[in-house]
Amino acid sequence: MAELLQNEEVLRLLELTKNGLLFAIWETLYVTVISTFFSYVIGLPLGVITVVGEPGGVLPLPRPVMAVINFVINILRSVPFLILMVVVIPLSRFFVGTSIGTTATIVPLIIAAFPFVARLVEASLREVDGGVVEAALSMGCSPLQVITKVMIPESRPSLISGFTTAFITILSYGAMAGAIGGGGLGSMALNLGYQRRMTIILWVSVVVLVILVQIFQSIGSRASVRLDKRVRKVDRKQKRKANKVEKAGFQ
Amino acid sequence: MIELKQVSKVFPTEDGDFEALSNIDLTIEDGDIFGIVGMSGAGKSTLVRCINLLERPTSGGVYIDGANLMDMTSAQLRQTRRSISMIFQQFNLLMQRTCLKNICFPMEIAGVPASEAKKRALEYLDIVGLPDKANAYPAQLSGGQKQRIAIARALASNPKVLLCDEATSALDPTTTRSILRLIKDINQRLGITVVVITHEMAVVEEICTHVAILDHGHMVETGKVEEVFSNPKTEAGRKLVFPEGANIDQFPVADVVRVVFNGGSSYEPLIASLAIDCGVKVNILGADTRNVNGQAFGSMLLGLPEDKAESAKAMAYLKSQNNVTVEEVPDYHG
Ligand SMILES: Nc1ncnc2c1ncn2[C@@H]1O[C@H](COP(=O)(O)OP(=O)(O)OP(=O)(O)O)[C@@H](O)[C@H]1O
Ligand SMILES: [Mg+2]
Repeated sequence: MAELLQNEEVLRLLELTKNGLLFAIWETLYVTVISTFFSYVIGLPLGVITVVGEPGGVLPLPRPVMAVINFVINILRSVPFLILMVVVIPLSRFFVGTSIGTTATIVPLIIAAFPFVARLVEASLREVDGGVVEAALSMGCSPLQVITKVMIPESRPSLISGFTTAFITILSYGAMAGAIGGGGLGSMALNLGYQRRMTIILWVSVVVLVILVQIFQSIGSRASVRLDKRVRKVDRKQKRKANKVEKAGFQ
Repeated sequence: MIELKQVSKVFPTEDGDFEALSNIDLTIEDGDIFGIVGMSGAGKSTLVRCINLLERPTSGGVYIDGANLMDMTSAQLRQTRRSISMIFQQFNLLMQRTCLKNICFPMEIAGVPASEAKKRALEYLDIVGLPDKANAYPAQLSGGQKQRIAIARALASNPKVLLCDEATSALDPTTTRSILRLIKDINQRLGITVVVITHEMAVVEEICTHVAILDHGHMVETGKVEEVFSNPKTEAGRKLVFPEGANIDQFPVADVVRVVFNGGSSYEPLIASLAIDCGVKVNILGADTRNVNGQAFGSMLLGLPEDKAESAKAMAYLKSQNNVTVEEVPDYHG
């Protein structure tokens, strides 16, 4: 055992893991946070529009506009992420000045994730009781007030669960981006761990990914339940169980 | 004053157009408690939702204090809606806000400063009898308490009109009474015009001054509660006011008359005196009397004797009574 630790090769490997790992975690979080942020910047309003813009909604939009929005969302959601990444490379060059590396993966991630976010937001807003919206209208709320003061606050727990799902999905898709030269834990696992057959690195990066996902999921679930005023305290534990959203892909 | 003029509402459906309201004319004076009754599906909810244009009539005019809501811009309509509050069968409280914040909500929309809104909200929490629930969430309240919060929310913005769509239908009889008393009290104290939608006659009797009867989208009767309830002129009205009256078809009799009491005391003395004064015995086939605002009203179906002379004598006697209307029921087959 002591002999093994003397081994130059192994020492180098450990060194690499120690230095590389922290950096890879940082890269992964950086990509995930930025991508999630911009996915919501685009996806949240889009999700709101898909609900309020339909006929009979709070702010009905012309049918062709709605048709285009839904079409774009559906198309983007049906393109496999790996293919999307390849297709989007020229776009990355345009937006962030480079088509390889960590920052470059942010663009395809946003493009893949914002339609997913729009659908998540849509599903959350549809849970809002129509009667409450009607009550708000009867008090003289404008469409914008209905959205900001009723629909979004009333669906807050569900929006938070959705956010957790989106964040985790973006995290794991970001790892996939390692395949085309993005950084982070994914690239560490693929490039060092798999291709150079450093099995330890492969396992370490996977374990770290799993731990990250667990942490974010439990933070998200807890926040969702804690902030939900519909449940009485005794019901909370049960509600938390029910709230754990299955980890789903963009598709 | 609320005036509906020739209001019609047509819903386009899969099986063609459906006329939920047809040419409704209705006037509700300030300070009235106006009941709108009718069978399920008669169009009551649609009608009340037309008053604040939650449902836009297909044709006709909705006038509040002389201004036609149909002609307003959406901004003007929003402004008008702030003076017309509504409470619902399902309460429709904001579940993620405390009771206090719920009551503040319409004031927040209307731009009332937060501190002023809070002060008024606390006042109304007191009025509805739930001063200790300010920081509770709706999920922590019972149905009746939720409706009280909804009433406080509806009143805190100082509306001129309160619309209630089946506001007590989800509540037990005792709670219903206390909510009704609260509404009546508020009407008397603040002079708010109240429109009450219900399928329960007891609710109308308890609080309404005026009533309109809806039947398949038509307004078939309207007037003071005492007048309409003492002598419903239409089949739809009779079915609603005296639901029992329709279930007594099984008695085999020759001639049947309906005797309607318009504010007398009770019906037993009349039957007794009929037997004593003219020596005619009649069958009581069915009776349904009610107490409306302290006066007794009701109707009774009497089976007259087969003997024509006796039957005529009984008719004459009944017709000579005060506060009683007699009408023959020609199509009554035992
Ligand atoms: N949006 C709609 N589209 C089509 N038909 C409708 C719509 N809303 C109401 N209706 C129809 O209009 C009629 C009146 O409905 P409304 O809800 O006003 O009845 P109601 O008198 O309030 O009944 P209830 O006592 O059961 O609440 C019903 O036959 C209903 O099917
Ligand atoms: Mg109804």
